[in-house]
Amino acid sequence: MSDAALIYLSLAVPLVGALLIVACRRAPVLRDGVTVATAVVMFLSVLQLLPKVRDGERPAATLLELFPGLSIAFEVEPLGMVFAMLASGLWILTALYAIGYMRGAKELHHTRFHAFFGIALFSATGIAFSQNMFTLFIFYEILTLSTYPLVAHKGTTAAKQGARTYLGLLLGTSLAFLLLAIIATYWLAGTLDFRPGGILSGLDPAVGSILLMLYMYGIGKAALMPFHRWLPAAMVAPTPVSALLHAVAVVKAGVFTVLKVSIYLFGIDYLRELATSEVVLYIAVFTLLAASIVAMRQDNLKARLAYSTVSQLSYIVAAAMLVSQFAALGGAMHIVMHAFGKITLFFCAGAIYVATKKTEISDMHGLGRRMPVTFAAFFLGALCVIGVPPMGGVWSKWHLVLGAFESGYGLVVVALIVSTLLNIAYLIPPVVRAFLLPPPESEAGGGIREAPMLCVVPLSLTALGGLAMFFLAQPLAQLLGGMFTGVGG
Amino acid sequence: MFEQLPALQVAITLTAAPLVMLLWKAPRLAWAITLASCWASLAVTLALFGAVADGGSWSYEMGGWAPPWGIEYRVDAANAWILLIIGLVSAIVMPYARESVEREIARDKIALFYSAFLLANAGLIGIAITGDAFNIFVFFEISALASYALIAMGSDRRAVLSAYQYLVMGTVGTTFLLIGIGFLYIMTGTLNLYDLAARLPEVSDTNTVRAAFAFLVVGISLKLALFPLHLWLPNAYSYAPSMVTVFLSATATKVAIYVLLRFIYSVFGFEFSFEELSMQWVLMPLALLGIVIPSVAAVFQDDVKRLLAYSSVAQVGYMILGVSLASALGLMASILHLFNHAITKAALFMAVGCLVYRLGGVSLRRIAGAGQRMPWTMAAFVIAGLSLIGVPLTAGFVTKWHLLQATLEAGYWPVALLLLGSSLLAAMYIWKVVEAAYFREPEDAGADVREAPLALLVPTWALTLATLVFGIWAAFSVGAARTAAEVLLGRGVAW
Repeated sequence: MSDAALIYLSLAVPLVGALLIVACRRAPVLRDGVTVATAVVMFLSVLQLLPKVRDGERPAATLLELFPGLSIAFEVEPLGMVFAMLASGLWILTALYAIGYMRGAKELHHTRFHAFFGIALFSATGIAFSQNMFTLFIFYEILTLSTYPLVAHKGTTAAKQGARTYLGLLLGTSLAFLLLAIIATYWLAGTLDFRPGGILSGLDPAVGSILLMLYMYGIGKAALMPFHRWLPAAMVAPTPVSALLHAVAVVKAGVFTVLKVSIYLFGIDYLRELATSEVVLYIAVFTLLAASIVAMRQDNLKARLAYSTVSQLSYIVAAAMLVSQFAALGGAMHIVMHAFGKITLFFCAGAIYVATKKTEISDMHGLGRRMPVTFAAFFLGALCVIGVPPMGGVWSKWHLVLGAFESGYGLVVVALIVSTLLNIAYLIPPVVRAFLLPPPESEAGGGIREAPMLCVVPLSLTALGGLAMFFLAQPLAQLLGGMFTGVGG
Repeated sequence: MFEQLPALQVAITLTAAPLVMLLWKAPRLAWAITLASCWASLAVTLALFGAVADGGSWSYEMGGWAPPWGIEYRVDAANAWILLIIGLVSAIVMPYARESVEREIARDKIALFYSAFLLANAGLIGIAITGDAFNIFVFFEISALASYALIAMGSDRRAVLSAYQYLVMGTVGTTFLLIGIGFLYIMTGTLNLYDLAARLPEVSDTNTVRAAFAFLVVGISLKLALFPLHLWLPNAYSYAPSMVTVFLSATATKVAIYVLLRFIYSVFGFEFSFEELSMQWVLMPLALLGIVIPSVAAVFQDDVKRLLAYSSVAQVGYMILGVSLASALGLMASILHLFNHAITKAALFMAVGCLVYRLGGVSLRRIAGAGQRMPWTMAAFVIAGLSLIGVPLTAGFVTKWHLLQATLEAGYWPVALLLLGSSLLAAMYIWKVVEAAYFREPEDAGADVREAPLALLVPTWALTLATLVFGIWAAFSVGAARTAAEVLLGRGVAW
């Protein structure tokens, strides 16, 4: 198939899948089958693009031109390739998990749920493959809108409240700051194309500094403080949404955009000239420490994981602002590593809820004896997020710390180490308590009672995936190396 | 025949008006004739538009009297654009009108209603097409008087009062216009716009010409509802029959803005208006206040029609802001917005008309649950609403893009931020309607409320889809607005 056809296929599959899901709404088994099949087909079609990108090609397609100078166009480069593979690959497991979860937790409106999931994946792929900032912006907004019904899914007052915060912050920041930044970029550079080395170099650094701030706060999905509140608010959603969208697709779309803007619009070299890149760096460092501290104080497991995500996202923003290729590479790798770790943790939180209806960490004493697989996976996921061998997370943090050294930011190195200690402090105790503390009298005995297999299998696979990434880091880094040169590594 | 097209443009609707008035016993026939003349008018418009699309002009001497003594009609890319807006909206609103008007207007008054509509239509076309200053005044009065009658026929009793309010304000406006034209005639001895443009530079350094300029700008600003001269508009739009609101919101203020552009750019000229009199420092603050204050007011409205009316005042602010940037790009953005806002707001008011047809009113309380009971109507409202906010891939975005480019070109970063902030306000007031329609339980859950009839839905969707089409394939509208801006600016334009 031609390049354009492959790109359109990857985009069309989740969209068509969403329509089929709606068409099969009266036959739940068929509908759930369609969901999984869509995810598999999508992953395979995305995978078709991988060899080309690895060989240094940049498959491209132009959908339409709004008016001269502004078009909706796609181009697959390494970072987008990785993001698309990650989102579509993890969707397969999430689709399986979601079927088990939605039935186990007795949620309603399955059809709407699965259909909007498809649209969200469609927009995530669009973001990944965008050839220019305008295309990216459109898919960014579709992603916000399509996940709104998922966040508000339960329809309770709390869900509506959370969803409103979600929509308000994400739409507000993007329409007020990001759009202004995009229009200004077009005005200043005459183009919005993503190009290796950037399009803004040579611009007055004062203007560039303002522009950078507009971008960083316009990309609300990257959850820089103080615009991070939407992410904890989104936790009212059913857990599969939190797992795939609010640990992978949506939040990673945010930091992905940050990396794209830094590498392909500003260019690492030009970023170095800007006064505000350091400002953003310290905001990111503050966010990653502050969010970790907040996470420690959360008793609700999902809230703790949400703040942990806020913290981890700032690693990637910081990576972009360290203005070193090493760090940027580490940030790109962290998109993948953190995804495997955090989706496992969310899957576990959901499995615990399905099996026991428990949401608070303090209620989970001794639960490890009842759900050993879940908590073992939780342990692996936690190690991956913390960055301990033999999990993939170690490599991204390794690159990050090296990058910070390379750029001479000793303080950032210290902050990264402190943050790692904090990660341990808030992610390990739940596991330790679950395995070592005795369960309350009323729940003692009863042997092993895990969540349904459809929940347990995916979460085991993602945990093992985190392990596999430890060994796959080399090819990943090689692929991502093509970001800076414009040709494959 | 072909060379008579400019005259035919006005003549079709103007002669149909008295004919329709005679048909008070056959309202359906009155409607059919009105429909036919609107479509014929659109056909003529398209022919004219095509003829001048390359930036040329088409001059027509009324009655064979050569200008500047006789009345000249001159069609160029700028007023052909306005004619296109009028023609398109009236051609689409007419199929919609039959059922909507039968529901809202007494049977024996329907023929009169259509007759007044045709007169208003002819008046607006006349304003756009004529090249004669006094003729502009005459057509302004024709359209205004007909509009007063149309608004007063609204079913709410307050319609009469708001028509009266409009009458007073409108008359003040046209009187100012007449005084301004009179001053110009005293100084130059001509009424032809192009002749005026040629003769004004000699006498431009006089207080009479400056006073004429002031009278003209204030008079036209009343007609185009520039903040703070907009007070007539919310009432007029709220209480007029649905179809009238659709038509007036899409065309009346747009035509007035065109007249302002014609006087500022073609007659007085860029140097006089912006360099000598520094119009931008009057227009920009008013435009910005006019964007923010009515947008905030719209957020607090309880009636959807009124909410959209306040939004219209804010949108006028956008168009005037483009003018106040005193650049080719800014002017082009304004001209572009004339069209994009016309189709957007007409689509919104049509959707509101559908709601009125089934629910009898459009307070937020009354439309609760409409999302489930009238899904197609509300879907159209949401899409057109997105265009009003300026979401990418809608017509509204294309305007916003160019307006912001023009703002940045002029170096006004805070203004750009304010513009984006105001689109958030638009998002808020559209969201209020969406929330009421989709997320609130209807009060009369048992009542039988169905989707609006097809005769209403199809035209509504035609315009709704137009907001998407002109948002996705914007090369046509952007190109036409560019040519129109070049024509208005005259001489070599620096982009």
